[in-house]
Amino acid sequence: MEFLFIFLFILLAALFVTGGLVASRLVAPHRPGRVKNRPYECGNKSVGPAWVQFNVAYYLLALLFLVFDVEAAFLFPWALAFRGAGWVGFLEVLIFVGVLGVGLLYAWKKGALEWV
Amino acid sequence: MQIWSPLYRPSIWSFRTSIGNREVGMDMWQVTTLAARIQESLLNQDFVRAGIFLGGGLAATVAAVSLLGLVLVYAERKVAAHFQCRLGPMRVGWHGVLQPIADGIKLFLKEDIIPTEADRLLFVLAPFFCILGMFLAILVLPVSPEIQIIDLDMGVIFLAAVSGFGVFGVLLGGWSSNNKWSMLGAMRAAAQIVSYEVSLTLALLVVVMFSGSLKMSEIIQSQAAGWWIWRAHGVGLVAFLVYVIASVAELNRAPFDLSEGESELTGGFHTEYSGLRFGLFFLAEFINMVLASAFAATFFLGGWMPFHLGDWQAFNAVMDRIPPLLWFVGKTSFMVFLFMWFRWTFPRLRVDQLMALEWKFLLPVSLVNLLVGAAVVLSGFYFFS
Repeated sequence: MEFLFIFLFILLAALFVTGGLVASRLVAPHRPGRVKNRPYECGNKSVGPAWVQFNVAYYLLALLFLVFDVEAAFLFPWALAFRGAGWVGFLEVLIFVGVLGVGLLYAWKKGALEWV
Repeated sequence: MQIWSPLYRPSIWSFRTSIGNREVGMDMWQVTTLAARIQESLLNQDFVRAGIFLGGGLAATVAAVSLLGLVLVYAERKVAAHFQCRLGPMRVGWHGVLQPIADGIKLFLKEDIIPTEADRLLFVLAPFFCILGMFLAILVLPVSPEIQIIDLDMGVIFLAAVSGFGVFGVLLGGWSSNNKWSMLGAMRAAAQIVSYEVSLTLALLVVVMFSGSLKMSEIIQSQAAGWWIWRAHGVGLVAFLVYVIASVAELNRAPFDLSEGESELTGGFHTEYSGLRFGLFFLAEFINMVLASAFAATFFLGGWMPFHLGDWQAFNAVMDRIPPLLWFVGKTSFMVFLFMWFRWTFPRLRVDQLMALEWKFLLPVSLVNLLVGAAVVLSGFYFFS
């Protein structure tokens, strides 16, 4: 029943977007032009596509994010049951977080966190 | 009703404490959801009632989203104006209250341009992802004990998962535009959202740890003895601050709005969007601000719980008189105002400062905070049984 609602809301969002756009299509003007439909670059003619090689720092950031977000996902079960797990569980999580903390320090020292 | 416990400390700053307050909380508040009501109606073979609830719920959601969008556009402009000693919109209607409607009509009537060099499919899909993330987050929002659509057992995880849809919208919108400004804005926004997501999740984890549940209603009821922001000797307060900073960054709002910095990127990822498509991005952004505020209220400020002060029975009785819905609206409005306040208080950060703030400050702080919180609970300080 509850998951049915998730699908219903996905449909509702689709309907909200398409309904609005279709209604807007009916009343809004539609006069495309060759110059008008070019990418906007403050009046300059754009040189080449925007799909080019990008700064590698973003990739490093994505890797770091992956590590720490997965860490957070792994911590959720512990957070729910840590009263039962007690100090032993706490110690284990300390080791787990510690390993990732050392990883963060390593990335820090290597300069992965510096934005050039 | 007053709960007495041997651990009770007679001071105004110690809020009501009790052994096993979660069980007591269950008795105090009867929580129902829209899904539960529909299920009950279906079991009673009352299909008309089920249909009314379903249709009413969906219609109310759409109406609330549209209305909130209008109210927020107005509020944002008025608050901004008064911070700068201006009057803001004054012409359309009484004190300009009809201005957002005029703006909406304008957006509706504008031409919808899709650049020829854009990736059409992704360009069209991008606003949908932003709106989808917003609608799915509304699904688990506890507005009052009676008003909630579904109360998932893994509500917090669902929320964390769903809030990722916004990144898809931003990244797809920026990439598919085939415009250098959009591309730069989208990459910056994605990097920023993704980075602050980590601290945000860790801050929520503290609350999950204290309340021992992922269910929204149970998290609220675990705050019957005192809101999480005040408890655990400052751990709750630090988690709240981390949550607020991270959610301002997630919302791409000032002082973290450098992905849309109009002076640098002409608007960022939505440079190529016009008309209603742009309006949809805008709506999602505003509603997401309300949702971030609402969830801040839910996790740290007791949600729809009334404010109670120690053993001041008379005071508590007066507070109980105020309906939960009003409490929720009040706390959420306060948080929204706080976000608007930030915008006119802090200067915009640089990209390197932004990344340094997250990875070198907030992330270590929230990790240590989590562990300190666990240690506090395990060592059995006074407010946990």
